[in-house]
Amino acid sequence: MRISPTWLREFVALDVDNVRLAEDLTHAGIAVEGFIGEGDAVLFEMEITTNRVDAMNHYGVARECSAIYNLELQPIIPKLPKLIQPESFPIEILDPALCARYTARAIRDVRIEKAPRYIAERLLIEAHHGINNVADSTNYALMEMGHPTHAFDLDLLEGGKIVVRPAVHGEKLKTLDGIERQLHPGDLVIADAVKPVALAGIMGGWDTMITPNTRNILIESAWFDPATVRRTARRHSMHTDASHRFERGADWGATTLACDRVTELVLETAGGKLAGYNDAVARKVSHEPIQLERSELRRILGQEIPEPDVTRILRRLGFELTETRASSNGAPEEGVRLALLQPPDAYTVEIPSWRMDVEREIDVIEEVARVYGFNNFANTLPSFSGGVVELPHALPESKTRTRLLALGYDEAVSPTFISTDDAQRFSSSEAVALENPLSEEAPLLRNSLVPGMLNLLAWNFNREATDVRLFEMGNVFSMSSERVEQRKLACFAATGSVGEKGVQLPSRSTDFFDLKGDAEAILNTFEKQSLQFTTPASGYFHPGRSATVVLNGETVGELGQLHPDLAAERKFKQEVWIAQLDLDRLFAVPLREPRYQRLSRYPSVERDFSLLLDNHVSYERLRTAIEGLRIPELESIEPQELFRGAGVPEGKYSLLLHLVFQSSERTLRDDEVSGWSRQVIAAVQGLGGSLRG
Amino acid sequence: MYIVPKLEDFSASALDAAARDLKSALQSESAAIASEADWKVLRDRWMARKNGVLTLLNDQWLKAAPTPAKREVGQRVNEVKKIVEEQIDAALARVSSTVSASRLEQERVDITLPGNRRKLGIEHPLIRTMNEIVGVFKAMGYSVAEGPEVETDYYNFESLNFPPNHPARDTQDTLMIKGQQGKPLRERLLLRTHTSPVQIRAMEKQPPPIRIVVPGRVHRADTADATHSPIFHQVEGLAVDTNITFCDLKGTLDQAAKAMFGSSVRTRFYPSFFPFTEPSADMQISCFKCGGSGRLKGERCGMCKASGWIEILGSGMVDPNVYGFVDYDPKKYSGFAFGMGVERIAILKYGIDDIQLFYQGDVRFLRQFA
Repeated sequence: MRISPTWLREFVALDVDNVRLAEDLTHAGIAVEGFIGEGDAVLFEMEITTNRVDAMNHYGVARECSAIYNLELQPIIPKLPKLIQPESFPIEILDPALCARYTARAIRDVRIEKAPRYIAERLLIEAHHGINNVADSTNYALMEMGHPTHAFDLDLLEGGKIVVRPAVHGEKLKTLDGIERQLHPGDLVIADAVKPVALAGIMGGWDTMITPNTRNILIESAWFDPATVRRTARRHSMHTDASHRFERGADWGATTLACDRVTELVLETAGGKLAGYNDAVARKVSHEPIQLERSELRRILGQEIPEPDVTRILRRLGFELTETRASSNGAPEEGVRLALLQPPDAYTVEIPSWRMDVEREIDVIEEVARVYGFNNFANTLPSFSGGVVELPHALPESKTRTRLLALGYDEAVSPTFISTDDAQRFSSSEAVALENPLSEEAPLLRNSLVPGMLNLLAWNFNREATDVRLFEMGNVFSMSSERVEQRKLACFAATGSVGEKGVQLPSRSTDFFDLKGDAEAILNTFEKQSLQFTTPASGYFHPGRSATVVLNGETVGELGQLHPDLAAERKFKQEVWIAQLDLDRLFAVPLREPRYQRLSRYPSVERDFSLLLDNHVSYERLRTAIEGLRIPELESIEPQELFRGAGVPEGKYSLLLHLVFQSSERTLRDDEVSGWSRQVIAAVQGLGGSLRG
Repeated sequence: MYIVPKLEDFSASALDAAARDLKSALQSESAAIASEADWKVLRDRWMARKNGVLTLLNDQWLKAAPTPAKREVGQRVNEVKKIVEEQIDAALARVSSTVSASRLEQERVDITLPGNRRKLGIEHPLIRTMNEIVGVFKAMGYSVAEGPEVETDYYNFESLNFPPNHPARDTQDTLMIKGQQGKPLRERLLLRTHTSPVQIRAMEKQPPPIRIVVPGRVHRADTADATHSPIFHQVEGLAVDTNITFCDLKGTLDQAAKAMFGSSVRTRFYPSFFPFTEPSADMQISCFKCGGSGRLKGERCGMCKASGWIEILGSGMVDPNVYGFVDYDPKKYSGFAFGMGVERIAILKYGIDDIQLFYQGDVRFLRQFA
């Protein structure tokens, strides 16, 4: 919406320039977003909040100016000739809930032509190019005082009456925009004795519009129920100047004034003579007076506002105030007179009909505060009781994130929406669908972070970035018995070479063990009784290079190489390693509490075993077998070299195993260590392995 | 090469002469060495347990001495031993300093080559900004609270004083979950359009006083372009207690703005509208780029569009209607709420020209925030 400051000045004698005016209005909550044009022709581009429909016109903004600058507001008083021989024109309102008031005037013998310049120029403020003098008069009044009105060709209204009623099933109405609309029984229409002629509060009908042949007109100025107008407008995907205002609550008290003002303009620009008038009031729309306590002003705002400012601001805005004082029962005359010198304890505030948004004491407080000026309030800090409480997962989350960063993964944020294919491929849970998705390609909420991650990798590959490590911590969603379940996951992916490249550094491609090591580094933050990597993992992984991660007996995630088929489908030319952890489950495990153990004062003994093992004997089995010996002095087991090929029989592999023995109580004897070594070898043999020659 | 002489005469003068010979031999031999390897040879010759000079002194002087002279000879041998040890140590110090100088030269590296970088991950600018904002409020006594991204109409709208069919809902462009039409309106699921529902959830859970800061992801049905995204992040705050005033709202947010953008930043407030606060206020900060002058090196400041001010957040006193939904007594308690867009603040802070960059995972973009 646009406002011409020149027009404003016709209602209030402003003595500030337009720049200052714009600033002051903005600071009172009537936001001027920008200027259009310059000099006297400058226009304000307004951004009026939805609650302030009363300020969506020049007179309303002028009223704000009157309050801000404490200036007189010129009233709008249409001058109409006396109605000599009133014709009767019945108005029937079927449901007072839907239409509270309908005011109409009939004018006969108008000449339909172009509107004069002074009207056309004002319409140009909103870039309206004008239709005819009657339609333009209604638009002029709308811009001037904000109440939507409509003009019918009186001769095309059949049966000599207006009926405001819900549409009947099967009824149709061609609206002014030329669209034939199928009406719904929930739509409120203006009808004549026979047919609907307008969609109430939204748009007039095509068949009864003003044409160059129109001689007699009916001007409508009504008040319609906001919710009804809104529903009807939505149902027909319409949004008009009229519906915008009625939806937000028009001025019930202004229907007669608006009707008279349009009539005055029509008589001025199209001639004609008054023929009929009817103001049908189905019910009154108003708010009860509000009690405003001065103590409440102070309690909410934190600062005393001088009494004269409070009354001046509210009165200028159109509120009527009656002062109330705490009754002093049986007080002498003198006391009463003294009390009158004090500011009142409270006011009874009458709400003007155009302020549908003011219903409660707090609304009145806001009126005072905004016009008084928010920046005239002090900046203070509240005193508080109570302490700061951390969310239970705050620390594990921060540790996990810090580790991922330390491991070289860049943090990413990926979109929430995924495709149906991806939802099926990357999770077994039922994905949550959107009613109104932004795109048909991604109509679901993500049930896995993997597809989003793959899209981020693809984005990078397409931009020649091939060494990429990314992670994301975010929520995924699934439908479970009508409820949406939200889980927090972490996904991390590595592809390309490991670490940075440099003249001193050999380059190596990321492999399974890089990913596994990173996963272990994260899981080591938690209190771990057992950590296993088991097979199989989900189908989107390479079946031979993936694992399910089981911590303390519970599955907390999966990791591995993206299945080569899926990689090929996405045109990835390199291996992609990806892991996903269920943070809700992981964070249920307490963080690892560091434990101190006295350092041994006795030397350790190291033994290397060069073993030959069958391919089907996993390292896990070997380790478990050796640990199963329960040698308390066995400090660590570490695989050092793994080799297949020349010199190693087909189907076998050679493994160099490094064992460390140590006691915290004594120096180990050679014969003890030899005994343990024999036990280890026996365990290896138990697995079908042997010591290499 | 010094050879330990066999002594026949154990008189003091003879011992003197023998010691003198030994010392001069030691001096010339230790002066002759040039490397650590030489020194080891020298050390072994003089100090080795088997056949070292000192061992031989013991055998040939001390053991050979007649009993009456043993005491005197013992003393002499000890003196000599001490001198030898000192001289050998000194010789090592000499050779090792000269030798290492040349070795160090050979070991010289080109220190201008880049260091071996260990790849460190980079915080996402949004998460980093969000954590910074949260940190500011945590330091002011606010506890972090979170809530679900899929919400009911009740929490996202109704309890925040957006009545059904109210035009204020239009501004929210809500993404709805499929298949909810059969349910009563308040139970219908949607993607939360703001983090404000967490205010309600927090107040339902605890009586005042309450001070929370709520970071989180929100969604609106906005078509993605350089300045719009259907996904974005907010940080919300809420403080409710007895005697919390509009002045407190202003003071708190002014302090937070200074912590976030620098202590020289000024703030100003002007009226706005949110259904769940009243009065409602938008906060602007003085432009941190041009210092609020609107001009930068004689040019129009692009950051604040020459206005000198930048809009940062929305706020207001909690609307009494909201208290009605959570059973707080509006006559006893008052409070304020505020909310800001993380994307907007990150965009302002880093001068980012396309909001989509946040969601693409482009490492060329992310690495700029190392």
